[in-house]
Amino acid sequence: MATAALESLPAPLRSTLRLKTKQQELLLRVSALALIYVLAFAVRLFSVLRYESMIHEFDPYFNYRTTLFLTEHGFSEFWNWFDSESWYPLGRVVGGTLFPGLMVTAALLHRLLRALSLAVHIREVCVLTAPFFAANTTLVAYAFGREIWDSGAGLVAAALIAVCPGYISRSVAGSYDNEGVAIFALLLTFYLFVRAVNTGSLAWSLASAFGYFYMVSAWGGYVFIINLLPLYVLVLLVTGRYSQRLYVAYNSTYVLGMLLAMQIRFVGFQHVQSGEHMAAMGVFFLLQVFFFLDWMKYLLNDAKLFKSFLRITLTCVITVGTLALGIGTASGYISPWTGRFYSLLDPTYAKDHIPIIASVSEHQPTAWSSFMFDFHILLFLFPAGLYFCFKRLSDATIFIVMYGLTSMYFAGVMVRLILVAAPAVCLISAIAASATIKNLTTLIRSKSRSPQTVSGKATGSKAAAKGAVDQSLPYQKNAAIVLLLGAFYLLSRYAVHCTWVTSEAYSSPSIVLAARGHNGGRVIFDDYREAYYWLRQNTPSDAKIMSWWDYGYQITAMGNRTVIVDNNTWNNTHIATVGRAMSSYEDEAYEIMQSLDVNYVLVVFGGVTGYSSDDINKFLWMVRIGGGVFPVIKEPDYLVNGEYRIDKGAAPKMLNCLMYKLCYYRFGELTTEYGKPPGYDRVRGVEIGNKDIKLEYLEEAFTTSNWIVRIYKVKPPKNRS
Amino acid sequence: MAAPHHVTLVFLAAAVLLLLGSAAAEEEGGPRGKRLLVLVDDLAVRSSHSAFFGSLQGRGFDLEFRLADDPKLSLHRYGQYLYDGLLLFAPSTQRFGGSVDQNAVLEFIDAGHDMILAADSSASDLIRGIATECGVDFDEDPEAMVIDHINYAATDAEGDHTLIAGDDLIQSDVILGSKKIEVLKVLSASPSAYSANPKTKLASPPSLTGSAISLVSVMQARNNARVLVSGSLDLFSNRFLKSGVQKAGSKISHEKAGNEQFVTETSKWVFHERGHLKALNVKHNKVGETNEPGMYRINDDLEYSVEIYEWSGTSWKPYVADDVQVQFYMMSPYVLKALSTDKKGVYSTSFKVPDVYGVFQFKVEYQRLGYTGLSLAKQIPVRPYRHNEYERFITSAYPYYAASFSMMGAFFIFSFVYLYHK
Repeated sequence: MATAALESLPAPLRSTLRLKTKQQELLLRVSALALIYVLAFAVRLFSVLRYESMIHEFDPYFNYRTTLFLTEHGFSEFWNWFDSESWYPLGRVVGGTLFPGLMVTAALLHRLLRALSLAVHIREVCVLTAPFFAANTTLVAYAFGREIWDSGAGLVAAALIAVCPGYISRSVAGSYDNEGVAIFALLLTFYLFVRAVNTGSLAWSLASAFGYFYMVSAWGGYVFIINLLPLYVLVLLVTGRYSQRLYVAYNSTYVLGMLLAMQIRFVGFQHVQSGEHMAAMGVFFLLQVFFFLDWMKYLLNDAKLFKSFLRITLTCVITVGTLALGIGTASGYISPWTGRFYSLLDPTYAKDHIPIIASVSEHQPTAWSSFMFDFHILLFLFPAGLYFCFKRLSDATIFIVMYGLTSMYFAGVMVRLILVAAPAVCLISAIAASATIKNLTTLIRSKSRSPQTVSGKATGSKAAAKGAVDQSLPYQKNAAIVLLLGAFYLLSRYAVHCTWVTSEAYSSPSIVLAARGHNGGRVIFDDYREAYYWLRQNTPSDAKIMSWWDYGYQITAMGNRTVIVDNNTWNNTHIATVGRAMSSYEDEAYEIMQSLDVNYVLVVFGGVTGYSSDDINKFLWMVRIGGGVFPVIKEPDYLVNGEYRIDKGAAPKMLNCLMYKLCYYRFGELTTEYGKPPGYDRVRGVEIGNKDIKLEYLEEAFTTSNWIVRIYKVKPPKNRS
Repeated sequence: MAAPHHVTLVFLAAAVLLLLGSAAAEEEGGPRGKRLLVLVDDLAVRSSHSAFFGSLQGRGFDLEFRLADDPKLSLHRYGQYLYDGLLLFAPSTQRFGGSVDQNAVLEFIDAGHDMILAADSSASDLIRGIATECGVDFDEDPEAMVIDHINYAATDAEGDHTLIAGDDLIQSDVILGSKKIEVLKVLSASPSAYSANPKTKLASPPSLTGSAISLVSVMQARNNARVLVSGSLDLFSNRFLKSGVQKAGSKISHEKAGNEQFVTETSKWVFHERGHLKALNVKHNKVGETNEPGMYRINDDLEYSVEIYEWSGTSWKPYVADDVQVQFYMMSPYVLKALSTDKKGVYSTSFKVPDVYGVFQFKVEYQRLGYTGLSLAKQIPVRPYRHNEYERFITSAYPYYAASFSMMGAFFIFSFVYLYHK
């Protein structure tokens, strides 16, 4: 059809439509990129198709709420927003304690769509922000790949990252979280910085500084950038790759980036005051010294004189630097490293010192299986890619190697940092895949055809050289074809795996649960929203809800009620107070709840449905966090011989603490599974130990249809007592 | 023809509405309604205690006498309580008639109604149960009586010394008083009294002795429902109201015992004719403004005012006291200030919002003996400074400003000279 249409055109037009090889390649590249762009967006829509256009999980609800506020009240109000609905009675200065990048981005997109007279609700914009930015990330990955290797590697990198499960896990539609835009910003910053180092241009450095600014505004993970860049510079200095280009790129990026980052309220003066940012500043000064020494060397033009000068300068600089750091730290001007940072360097730190960090499942060390799950063949391509990088060492490949190695380490420390490693792994794997396939194809082609038909001059000549060497090997062509087929098989398996993972594992909103029924049909548990809407409709508008902090954001966003603690875990004492209330006897808990003006208590209970991430399974963390501040709560009181039990053999304190009572109230009357006694907990797989629960100070207000969320009303003090 | 007729009808309706309205307004005047239910064992009580009932009726109360076991007895209909107060003068009733039981009576109190309960030496378990729920325990021995061999009334000299002349009244102008939650002994026995069954011989020391025994107690619940529990029904009887008394061993013979005054005054208190405070018009605003803001900023100066009136029995009078305090409260009081009154009921003060942000409450917790408790709480968030509310230029930072601007200027000149000087 196409050729027929082409034939029917007049001759001059026909000749213009016949493309030259180079143009053909460009067309192919652009169309491949466009397809990848669409693919990256489309593959993330599984969640919308499977469920509905909704916000997922916990933190995104806060982001959604703030975005809503931003669109309704404008930027100035948002910037100064004091939220009295969370952390009652302390309140939270939202404007000063969040990274506004995501919200501002979504609000701008929303405004843009409005300006184009597309009347979309802000929720739809929020839901699709992450896929949109993931699609943009593929473009950046392409450019980055081209910068460090060649355009082929860039294309492969774009394709790999478009479907990489490690990245998809945080960027499906509805996963409206900082990471959604931050990975884009991270990769963009790195790309622009590498570009600046390669060119030595001020313009690219400036662009990189702005990329950094966007990253700082979007996610706390910017600390990774501000530490990786100086580390990279240091490595270049040590390996003797110092250049004017590097000097220009790092200095302008650092100074401008720092000044810009200070405009974010949450970050403020951290760049000059916090221990985590000191490495960048130290390297900045080091570069100046280096430059100065270089200049002096040029001026002195005498090796001996310069050597003694070098010794004096270095001693002075090191002394001054150490003194400044020492005095700064001792006087408290430079804050020490935070717990989160420590726990990155030492994976066991959080477990021993900060239970609140250790309690979050995404802060756990990564299991091997999840590496396999999230990276699939990239895990094998990654070392191969490193090999290629080392074979062709340049400023750019050194950068990607360092990015890959450090982020891989962090991914091993914390599950959620797989996300940061994903772009690096994709890029390095892309180099491996692209280089291998290119070698194989040139082998195949070099025999049958002369090198001039091979696209690209550089590769052509290289292939010719290679071909000349490899001529002697027998069955070379056949082996190459087999290997090529193998590579395609692997890559297709990767695509299949990614699609499967996305549709099965990473598209669940976790606020609506799905399970398979006995007959294989899908059962939907929409208990969370049921409970939050109940709160919204049936409680006084100034009611205070106490729950474990996991549900705080959702209650404020969906239930529109005041909560005591939420997912912004800024005040450990407040969370510990709630933990203490949950793990105390009812009368002690009542006093705590009275002091916090609590009206309702919300617990999440999975014993009926078999939903395992419920409050009983989280309970030991409440005890630990509560006990960390209030020593009256002791973990051994809730355990029997170090074992966590809820059945008849459970510890008496366990059987009578508030959390147990609220979760299992009236549960003893319920038969959950055929052939089991009443009060059989399907998560723990045991019959509960206290079936006769009487509540004195609270009364059941609402239990959702599958018992997942249970809400209790705190009774007012007795009228006569 | 039809039109004028219609008009008159409308007029009539309007007039009726007006009448109703004014009636309602009059009703609303006092803190409590005037409908009382009197439950008796025996309708003879109506005449034997007529003086007390007469005084109630004289004060405008509308009494309805029913036998305690009347099968049609009901405290509410269609979710509305039919009565505003209850006089339980049926000490020996084992069960109430109709839908009323112990819980119904307690719910009646918890719904904010008042009650006078008179027990007797033969008080039934039901009456004891209600009294216990109101915080008054009777001696476990159902036959027990309070005996006082010293402070007995002279007229009872030949008997068991169970007729006691007491003068240990609570010192309170408002009632003879009461306080929330706690049960007060309005009339407590003298130190020489004890509780025992007069018919039996005393084998072991009596468990209740001295002033721990209260003869008449009052209780004010958290919702300001008031309950009076008297150990004796006879206290309200005509005989005791009118008779004189002479304390044994005392020379002074009183022409008339204090009983009449005592029961009248306490019943006035119980039925909220006295000692009832109401607070209205809680207002707060920034100094110099009149509108109530939805939120304060730290270090704002604000004014707080509340009007407090006391029911005098006939009208609301300004309540005058110097001990009303307001708290600016967030988990603990950050500001605690006494309110000053203008003697016309308005209490006000002004203070500076502390330098702490959060969700605060204006709290007035006014609990005074005999008065209804005032417990006002009003939530108000306090926010930190906005980004443009800080000082724009700080004097002490002028050297830094000078340094940066001179640096910028010098750098500009330097670049200019460096680039173009040749």
